[in-house]
Amino acid sequence: MKNSSTTATPHPLEDLVRMDRIPHIWCSGCGTGSVFTSCLTAIKQSGIPYNQFAMVSGIGCSGRGAGYINIDSFHTTHGRAIPFATGIKMARPDLKVIVFSGDGDLCAIGGNHLIHAARRNMDIIVICVNNLTYGMTGGQVAATTPFKAKSSTTTLGNPDTPFNLPLLAYAAGATYVARWTMLHARDLTDAVQTAIARKGFSFIEVLSPCPVNFGRRNREKSLDTLRKYHENTIVKNGAHPSELDVDFNKGVILGTFVNVDRPTCDEVYRKMYWPAEEPKEQRKTG
Amino acid sequence: MKSHVLTGEHFINGDEACAEGAIAAGCKFFGGYPITPATEVAEQISIRLPQVGGTFIQMEDEIAAMTSILGAAWTGVKSMTATSGPGFSLMMETVGLAVVTETPCVVVNVQRAGPSTGLPTQGAQADMMQARWGSHGDYEIIALAPSSPQEMFDLTITAFNLSETYRTPVFIMSDEIVGHMSEKVIIPEARKIKTVSRPRPTGRKDRFLPYKPGPNGVAPMPAIGDGYNVHVTGLTHDEKGYPVMSVETQKEMMARLLGKIRNNLDDIILTEEHRLEDADIVVVSYGVSARTAYTAVEEARQMGIKMGLLRLITVWPFPEEKIRSLAKRVKGFITVEINMGQICREVQRFAGLTPTYLAGHPGGAIIPPEDVLKIAKEALA
Repeated sequence: MKNSSTTATPHPLEDLVRMDRIPHIWCSGCGTGSVFTSCLTAIKQSGIPYNQFAMVSGIGCSGRGAGYINIDSFHTTHGRAIPFATGIKMARPDLKVIVFSGDGDLCAIGGNHLIHAARRNMDIIVICVNNLTYGMTGGQVAATTPFKAKSSTTTLGNPDTPFNLPLLAYAAGATYVARWTMLHARDLTDAVQTAIARKGFSFIEVLSPCPVNFGRRNREKSLDTLRKYHENTIVKNGAHPSELDVDFNKGVILGTFVNVDRPTCDEVYRKMYWPAEEPKEQRKTG
Repeated sequence: MKSHVLTGEHFINGDEACAEGAIAAGCKFFGGYPITPATEVAEQISIRLPQVGGTFIQMEDEIAAMTSILGAAWTGVKSMTATSGPGFSLMMETVGLAVVTETPCVVVNVQRAGPSTGLPTQGAQADMMQARWGSHGDYEIIALAPSSPQEMFDLTITAFNLSETYRTPVFIMSDEIVGHMSEKVIIPEARKIKTVSRPRPTGRKDRFLPYKPGPNGVAPMPAIGDGYNVHVTGLTHDEKGYPVMSVETQKEMMARLLGKIRNNLDDIILTEEHRLEDADIVVVSYGVSARTAYTAVEEARQMGIKMGLLRLITVWPFPEEKIRSLAKRVKGFITVEINMGQICREVQRFAGLTPTYLAGHPGGAIIPPEDVLKIAKEALA
């Protein structure tokens, strides 16, 4: 019997997906898949050959991204996607290196690497899927969980103040900082495309629902979250990063906040430490 | 093409010799973080790597240093880092990632006395069991122990060659004394230095299995951009590199990881024997303590005690067959090591009923040969 999928029109991103690993592990109502789609669409639309890309993830739900993209891809240890990407970039500066991971991975356990890669203006693209919680382990409080929000380890509400991630990235020296939600798929795709086309440390925060482990504890169904993304957000390009606390009552500001030029880490190394007669790209062949 | 190997005779310390060994081995990437007494490795190689078209980068901590060298390794270059105890502890989780993803790299541990901050400027050999078991889970590891600046040079090359051959992290377990000791180091001509590079795959890219072992139990390793679209994960994975959460896959992966070391012991294990032929008592030692042991053997022989030395150049995997066969004909073993009995336990495991003694030290100083002689006399009394 013929499988119906063989006769259907292939999905436009099929060449970028490890189809032999589908279905993915993401829960229904999870936003990571939409963020992943935007990321893949941007890679495809860039027109750059796929073997010029590498994707690195850490650990967590969105950390599984590297396992589904059909390019050279690395699923590393918790928090360490950025230093792994740094090693790739500084050994092969011609590659486009994308870090696809979550808020806990990149900004809590991996927070030190985030600020230092930003400081160096490491030429990598960091896509931070922020679901406000540790989803894979069942919804514990995160460095991004809103004040007073419930989690499995703060059953009376989060007593801590969350990070404003764009402010953190900006303060550490990121040269491109943007925030979108997974609902803003086209803006997000454009942001990833912009980041791919430019040089420097690009940090894109993407708000994304975790209905199973965050929404359930905070009386928020998937569609409620999407409605908030639609109604309680304000697009304000160029907003100062200090205004960007995630507070849906006040309205969450989205947009591109930083886009400046500064020599990247590999450019500075090229000038100061890498002799011109031996470009790193030659290593491709051996 | 001009050689970058500093052929000739040099008077340099062990840390510097290690950096030169790395250059001679073809290392092109060093991710570092300063720590006494390993800092001179980073300082020396930070000057040397740019001269050979390589990259030195000082990372924000040892976790990042260790992780960066794995990223670099997957671009096809030889990479390394160097540290001491506290940094070694921080690197351990990533060492496991290197093992399971079969990523070649070299990690130098210039040991100092611990636990914790301990004696930063004084030597010890107390990270030997951490080198074996420091990362979680079961695995095999390769660790070499240089006894001199010359061996810091030589064994750094050996470490790269083993790491490239077996796609595994290799430790150089040095110590503050060897690291900071200056001696004559002879660097041969570049063409006389044997270097090994990992085999790269050939053939159909769509059917390539990055973890399907070749004849020696090791798979060829593509680099990023070669077009093989590899997926590399710390999760239990099959030969394609895909995560499979099953007991069967775990069994197969573990057999592969352990087998490639256990089935090649003859190639990996390096030892040196001195006056073992007629020995009644065998001193087992490594690193700087082997120098103590050597002197003890010479002095014992003058006193009429038939002592011999088994020097472990490769400490892990442990030369258990060697100990088993010696145990059949000698009266006792003495391990000489600047710790409170780490390799001593390992010798005991294979010595059977042959008694094993420890000439140990809590750290911070070299063990005097008299300590070994005293134990030998008591043992033979």
